[in-house]
Amino acid sequence: MTDTSSYRTLPDRLDNPLKSAVLSWESLLVLVAVAIFIVNSFASPYFLNAWSLSDLTFNFTEKALIALAMALLIISGEIDLSVAAIISLASTLMGLALQYGADTPVLVAVGLGAGIACGAFNGFLVTRLKLPSIVVTIGTMSLFRGISFIILGDQSFKGYPASFAWLGQGYVGWVISFELVLFAVCAIIYWVLLHRTNFGRRVFAIGNNDVAARFSGVRVDKIKFILFCLTGLMSGMAAVLLTARLGSTRPSIAEGWELEAITMVVLGGVSILGGAGSIIGVVLAALIMGLVTFGLGLLNVPGIVMSIFTGSLLIVVIALPILFRMWRQRA
Amino acid sequence: MNRLLKHREIWLALAILLVVVLVTMRFSRFSQPGNLLTIFNDSSILMMLALGQMAVILTRSIDLSMAANLALTGMVVAMLNAAFPGVPIPVLMALSLVIGAGLGAFNGVLVWKLNIPPIVVTLGTLTIFRGLVFVISGGAWVNAAQMSPDFIALQRGVFLGLPVLSWFAIVTAALFYILMTRTALGRSLYAIGVNPTASVYTGIDVGKTKFLAFTIAGAVAGFCGYLWISRYVIASTEVASGYELTIIAACVIGGVSIAGGIGSVPGVLLGAIFLGVINNALPVINISPFWQMAISGAAILLAVVLNARGEASKGRVILKKAEAGS
Repeated sequence: MTDTSSYRTLPDRLDNPLKSAVLSWESLLVLVAVAIFIVNSFASPYFLNAWSLSDLTFNFTEKALIALAMALLIISGEIDLSVAAIISLASTLMGLALQYGADTPVLVAVGLGAGIACGAFNGFLVTRLKLPSIVVTIGTMSLFRGISFIILGDQSFKGYPASFAWLGQGYVGWVISFELVLFAVCAIIYWVLLHRTNFGRRVFAIGNNDVAARFSGVRVDKIKFILFCLTGLMSGMAAVLLTARLGSTRPSIAEGWELEAITMVVLGGVSILGGAGSIIGVVLAALIMGLVTFGLGLLNVPGIVMSIFTGSLLIVVIALPILFRMWRQRA
Repeated sequence: MNRLLKHREIWLALAILLVVVLVTMRFSRFSQPGNLLTIFNDSSILMMLALGQMAVILTRSIDLSMAANLALTGMVVAMLNAAFPGVPIPVLMALSLVIGAGLGAFNGVLVWKLNIPPIVVTLGTLTIFRGLVFVISGGAWVNAAQMSPDFIALQRGVFLGLPVLSWFAIVTAALFYILMTRTALGRSLYAIGVNPTASVYTGIDVGKTKFLAFTIAGAVAGFCGYLWISRYVIASTEVASGYELTIIAACVIGGVSIAGGIGSVPGVLLGAIFLGVINNALPVINISPFWQMAISGAAILLAVVLNARGEASKGRVILKKAEAGS
């Protein structure tokens, strides 16, 4: 689905760094986030409160963990639509392990391991068999969630131990939840990985031109395989947190999350065509979506109506710069 | 090329036949004509939707909003029917086509005029349309008691031994066959998928053609909205939730290449029928319906592996060597 009509051109000289920082996507996102924050504080008297703001973070941390890895995958020119199905399968397998008397460390290992295994399966199909990732992951999406349905049917797993529940519900100190700390740590790791390592440079190189990258000695398939495994790992991590937070597993868990994670990534300024994007943008986009849904939640807006806002936000935020550029060219 | 395409469809037809034979061995009445016609009728809506999706995928685009379009248009039509039972059904059907086309055109304009990648556009409109269903209905359902008898009965009528719903699918398939093989628009859809840059040089307006593809897909989705609601006699926010991926699955199983430019009407029909046969066969051979999702997932993966082997491009030997060395 790459569009050959948009050629990248090299400018004669780079813009002033300050100017480009001010006009960057990230500063636009900061503005949007601040605006929503202010609107929320005026709209609801319950918003500006340490505990409310702490609750807010539960709204997006799990999805945002996936979005971090998904950002790298999309920058490399691939996509994974099976992440929510991986959560379902990982959660089901954790529930199964629980039936055999597994303790918290084993449960976490099962969740993360299942995630990596699913990611590796996607990666294998895409890199070894040379299949388009969008179709592969539509298939594995049905397959993974389908296996959960085979195992669980209309039943559910319950009775997770308290030490496991802490992972999704516990606080490290005051109002800072374990989930938030984990997300912050992961965000920093992914920022370093993408923006400060050779690996990250190669991810960008693959996304811009994977043939050229291959000729420059980049092991394209190996890197893409690793990215699929990382996305699987983060989905497994989200499965651990979500299962711990809800305290139960159903096959329909996390339905529709794949689209929300991708929305975060695209809203964060990652090009869906690959080759461009930043982790800071994704983190800001996750925060914006958390703010929007939480703010609307305080105003008693049903979840399904919130989705109109996130959908519109996605299109408007992408369309506005394009309209602005068209308007400037005409003027 | 043509022979290769025919080849693939024959393999798919054989696979369907094999499933039918295997199930018949367990349960002899499965392959009776009456049951086969039921399966065809059950697959009708999916066939129509998959044909609409094919028009979009051929141009290297994708429409994730079809199921949401279906739900929204279906809800509008159902609410109109509940409020004004006097409005004749053909008017409502025409209206569903127009509303669906309008929603599809909205996707199309964003792709055409703003050049936003289709997957982003339809990801956004998917959630918007689905949310609007809730907004206009207030979360309430429109149930059988509120719908007029005609609204429910029309597609169940029998004409020349086939339910009217099946006839809709047959007519739609015929129209798409003509569109794809006998019109300039059909050729343009394929041309854009094969090589967008070359299409521009041959004088095809790529953006406008994509716009038309999205509008066609939207019109089909809207029309199927009426059919879906009147078939399952319930209109709610959850109608056809997640169905967008089943539609794409039918296309992929039917041999449509997600990279654009490859696909045929008979292939897509067989892809939809394949999923229909699987869904009908599972309960018959006493496999829990909970297996359905995993099996269709496995079928998609198998189909895409087989398709890829057929499409494997020649040339670029130097790259393969570099690849093998890595």
